[in-house]
Amino acid sequence: MNDEALIDLGEHISSEMEQVVLEAVVVNGELTISAHAEHVHHLMTFLRDDPTCRFSILVDICGVDYPERSKRFDVVYHLLSLHQNQRVRVKVQTDEVTSVPSITDVFKVANWFEREAFDMYGIRFDGHPDLRRLLTDYGFSGHPLRKDFPLTGHMELRYDDSVKRCVYEPVKLTQEFRNFDFLSPWEGPDYGTPTAQDGEAGE
Amino acid sequence: MTDLAPAEDRKFTINFGPQHPAAHGVLRLIMELDGEVVDRLDPHIGLLHRGTEKLIEHKTYTQAIPYFDRLDYVGTMNQEHGFCLAVEKLLGLEVPRRAQFIRVLYCEIGRILNHLLNVTTQALDVGALTPPLWGFEEREKLMIFYERVCGARLHAAYYRVGGVHLDMPDGLADDIFEWTETFPKVLDDLHNLVTENRIFKQRNVDIGVVDREQALSWGMTGVMLRSTGLAWDLRRAQPYECYNELDFDIPIGKNGDCYDRYLMRMEEMVQSLKIMRQCLEEMPEGEVMIDDYKVTPPRRDEMKRSMEGLIHHFKMFTEGFKVPAGEAYAAVEAPKGEFGVYLVADGTNKPYRCKIRAPGFPHLHALDEMCRGHLLADVSAIIGTIDIVFGEIDR
Repeated sequence: MNDEALIDLGEHISSEMEQVVLEAVVVNGELTISAHAEHVHHLMTFLRDDPTCRFSILVDICGVDYPERSKRFDVVYHLLSLHQNQRVRVKVQTDEVTSVPSITDVFKVANWFEREAFDMYGIRFDGHPDLRRLLTDYGFSGHPLRKDFPLTGHMELRYDDSVKRCVYEPVKLTQEFRNFDFLSPWEGPDYGTPTAQDGEAGE
Repeated sequence: MTDLAPAEDRKFTINFGPQHPAAHGVLRLIMELDGEVVDRLDPHIGLLHRGTEKLIEHKTYTQAIPYFDRLDYVGTMNQEHGFCLAVEKLLGLEVPRRAQFIRVLYCEIGRILNHLLNVTTQALDVGALTPPLWGFEEREKLMIFYERVCGARLHAAYYRVGGVHLDMPDGLADDIFEWTETFPKVLDDLHNLVTENRIFKQRNVDIGVVDREQALSWGMTGVMLRSTGLAWDLRRAQPYECYNELDFDIPIGKNGDCYDRYLMRMEEMVQSLKIMRQCLEEMPEGEVMIDDYKVTPPRRDEMKRSMEGLIHHFKMFTEGFKVPAGEAYAAVEAPKGEFGVYLVADGTNKPYRCKIRAPGFPHLHALDEMCRGHLLADVSAIIGTIDIVFGEIDR
């Protein structure tokens, strides 16, 4: 992909939105913009309407959890410009209690994406018209994609023939979930791979 | 008879699904109706939610591939492709040319599999029983091509990071080519049966109209976006693999209604045939996996004969390979629209986060707006045309 065009675009966005954008970097041919969470609505409107951006499609919104950080969640927006044939990624940080402004009035599709992020991570969106759970079961509690939520979950469901209905029970495992540690301490220090030039220099 | 009740009192709410033949899976709709006219729809999804993204976070990169077959279980290989492209982007790999052609060939087979299912079941949704019977006969043949290359009819798990698992067996290319010559006849028959059919047109023309503004705001991609007249196809706009060398056309619609989308899918199948033929003709000889032992396992015969090969094989299938920290988004033009994978890698052998962007998800979201003001019977036609499969929506 054309990195220079992306760098220019990143500079354009950060100069126009100085108060909002923290940094704009291009890695692997992808432009990533970090921004302040409280201005995300303003930024999205700009990205959609600015004549040099015209990011008319919101491709995706998703959360990423980093439990060791004080602001543990990243909210990641992917936008696509048909006009420029470019993509941009916008990242903002938040925690469990601070809400992020909803962008449902900028892109209608944000409605379900935000509901999904709320369901999976418990990220709150301020101004969302209908922030209900989306994918999990009726009456589900917890946020399954958080790193501290166990893979097996907490409750399981089965049909109980004696009471003739489905019953919820705490998960019982006959065998512990086996999580192997592949970060082996026996790998040894990383000296880097010797190259032909290293050998010549040694001689 | 007394006077009719005021309009707002006559509205009633009904439940549609989750088990309904026209729901294309486990869709539950809470419908508010005014007489027979739809006032509001509230789709309840997630009945097929299996936590794919969570599971992938606990598996190595290679073990994650089969999960992608189980998303949209109609065009399976297209999704493996999206994941492999994302990992390859992080690793900075270039796939061998033969593998690129095989991938494109099988992606197009997946597209035909998907469109055949969609157009014929759409006809079923509006009352025709024969098209699915005819279409499924061809799908059967295509699934045998899947089986011959990877051993599985549906859940292929054929693509690998760095190429494809095995080379195509002898004679398969000739058989696929032969099929591409017989299939246009089947498409013609389908056209004769459905396209000008009076009932089919009455049920589809001017139903579920989407204009360009709506399509953009609802995040629509693929056929849904192209039906509004925008020639946006990732295979052409942001080409991956060898698509920029291939000659094909992008059908677009004019009215953005269900009937246009049906016609476009029929035409896309013709274009896919064209791409398949070009792939088969131009497919070079050579390797189908990159030669990089940091990523690929040894060949099976080497594993059986050499000690190092055995150790290497064991390491690859227990520990897997490590992907440098970073993030990448890769998108492919899946049959239903843009299928994207957003990967966050932390330098270990497992993805830190793998977000799957399913094309059907925004389309289903727009169902509410598309159905408002339509009759109850049109809802099933619209569900048919937005081409939803719950494996990918619920994930």
